[in-house]
Amino acid sequence: MNATADQKKASPLSEPWYTFPVTIRRAYAEAPNVMTYDFEFDHHADARQYAFAPGQFNMLYVPGAGEAAISIAERTNQDRFLKHTIRTVGIVTRAIAKGGVGMSLGLRGPFGTRWPVDSFSDGSVKRDVILVAGGIGLAPLRSLLLFLIEHREKVGSVSLLIGARSPEDVVYESELHGWRENGVEIHVTVDRPDQNWRGHVGVVTLLLGRIAIPRPQSTFVLTCGPEVMMRYVAKSAINSKIPTENVWLALERNMNCAIGLCGHCQLGPKFICKDGPVFRYDQVRDLLGVQDF
Amino acid sequence: MSSSTLEEPCLIEKCELDRLIERLKCEGFIVVGPYVEDSAIQYREIQSMRDLPRGYRDTQEPGEYRVAKLLKKNYFEFNLGPHSWKQFLFPPKLTVNSCTKKNESWEFISKVDSQPKFAFLGVRACELAAIQVQDRVFMEGPYVDPVYQARRESTFIVAVNCTVAASTCFCTSMGTGPKCKSTFDLALTELDCGFVVEVGTARGRSMISDLTTRELDPEHARDSQLLQQRAVDQITKRLDTSEILNLLMGNLDHPHWDEVAKRCLSCTNCTMVCPTCFCSSVTDVSNLSGDEIERQRQWDSCFNVDFSYTTSGTVRDDIRSRYRQWLTHKLASWHDQFASSGCVGCGRCITWCPVGIDLTVEVAAIRNTPSSNRTLPVIQPSCKAECAFPKDSKA
Repeated sequence: MNATADQKKASPLSEPWYTFPVTIRRAYAEAPNVMTYDFEFDHHADARQYAFAPGQFNMLYVPGAGEAAISIAERTNQDRFLKHTIRTVGIVTRAIAKGGVGMSLGLRGPFGTRWPVDSFSDGSVKRDVILVAGGIGLAPLRSLLLFLIEHREKVGSVSLLIGARSPEDVVYESELHGWRENGVEIHVTVDRPDQNWRGHVGVVTLLLGRIAIPRPQSTFVLTCGPEVMMRYVAKSAINSKIPTENVWLALERNMNCAIGLCGHCQLGPKFICKDGPVFRYDQVRDLLGVQDF
Repeated sequence: MSSSTLEEPCLIEKCELDRLIERLKCEGFIVVGPYVEDSAIQYREIQSMRDLPRGYRDTQEPGEYRVAKLLKKNYFEFNLGPHSWKQFLFPPKLTVNSCTKKNESWEFISKVDSQPKFAFLGVRACELAAIQVQDRVFMEGPYVDPVYQARRESTFIVAVNCTVAASTCFCTSMGTGPKCKSTFDLALTELDCGFVVEVGTARGRSMISDLTTRELDPEHARDSQLLQQRAVDQITKRLDTSEILNLLMGNLDHPHWDEVAKRCLSCTNCTMVCPTCFCSSVTDVSNLSGDEIERQRQWDSCFNVDFSYTTSGTVRDDIRSRYRQWLTHKLASWHDQFASSGCVGCGRCITWCPVGIDLTVEVAAIRNTPSSNRTLPVIQPSCKAECAFPKDSKA
């Protein structure tokens, strides 16, 4: 399976500014300053034509405030809802948090590349898959994890390594048990434990060094989190004899148009919005180390 | 668009150009051409040849631009002002969407349908190349800009061959000029006695069908050649483009970036006058009640601090990194993205830089003192301090 096939574009919208009206139907507190929202399309026709792949993102639009690029965490409730997990950090995300359930807003998407889901099995070979998330970087991996659970029998072992600043910053914590029951090996580590914490302490890359990787040549590592963390994850994976082309990551840059025409998200030869956000590590390795690039 | 002329060039008397303008207007085109305004030759809608900068000549140096009226009465004996044709195909400000709140729900209406139909008069070879560059950006990728496409496909282009060159011109280094070779409907070369007309498309041929044309005699052909050669001979600026992608991408940590940053004001002028720069931002313009909102796309620039803002921080928060971004994109990574240089050698960024930064000089400085091949920072997984999670992470 090659990268270009894996990174197949979502069908480009003929009208790039076409905005779906959506409404927030549910909102859950996920962690301090982090909320998960379920958005429902206002029109059934929009819901019917909408389809995304794990790793892609939407532009959420609050009229008067602007747009924010947010990864798609899940499609749920018979495809009625699109789930997004959002850190309340800027003008748009604050407006969404303030609006809450019942808020009307706009959505463009889906945009960007997807995780290489077709590479995890080819006939007889089932690959082991390790997901490494830093903080809210678990959100873009969530749709991939749900995909892996849905197709659990087609892949080898599935591991999820989560790093968070503190125990209360772990997102989707209430769901971890269910994911474990569905055959996902999960390890959580925090930087700053509280009195009740009995788990790992330290950076998530150390977990990657501790778990068993019995078949590195048939193992994929997919990561999302702070860029410096992802560089260490990739380095650590390659040190563990996992092939470079099996290491994938999702990058963040300023996104304005989401279709590669506004220039904001450029990283050397790439536009993160259309050539990414999901990249094979070796496609961006040389650029990630350049300061302020 | 053709890559060569359809037939032998012909000659028209100068006054025939007015008939062409009239014909274009009758066909529903907004005719845009050069016009002297605010002491500069700019592009705007014109009504007749009287609006053209007849007898005007521009002089350009790094950070300097002047127009003066000469005794000669030629219509096109100048080079370029601060405007480029991109402002008509890729408008500086455009409403892409409008939003109306009804019963607490938003409705979104696309605003990009009907677009004006332009005829450009006086497009130089480097500018034809710039239009081709933006065609690749806006129309030949996976996503198409519908406004650019609608405007571009209806645009009628009357090109003009340069017969003089400014000191800032370097189209010969970029392989874009000064002769107009393709992408035009008609191309003119101005002689003292009239215009030599080359026809590039069937549409161009039909547009001159009712003009009085004469066969080109050898003397006119020779004069036309000599004038075009004069422009070539006047071009003194050079940009060595050999291996330029590897040169710039291999020198991202070169000390010269710091040196440029001491002079660069990060004012965005170079990106505003550049005929190929395509960065933009969409912002909301609201009425007072906040229930009628227009989404306006405006030109933006990689020299603006907030251009690379993310919730995890600004990616390029110093001038060094922003100048490096602009130059490496324009001359190097553009090749990866669009299979050509992003520079056409028009020299506007040199002329309109308030401190006279000349990209050809900056590239030469890097070429003359290449730093050792960039090596990636060594990553030590045991180095815990650097591993700690930054304050914010990806949403």
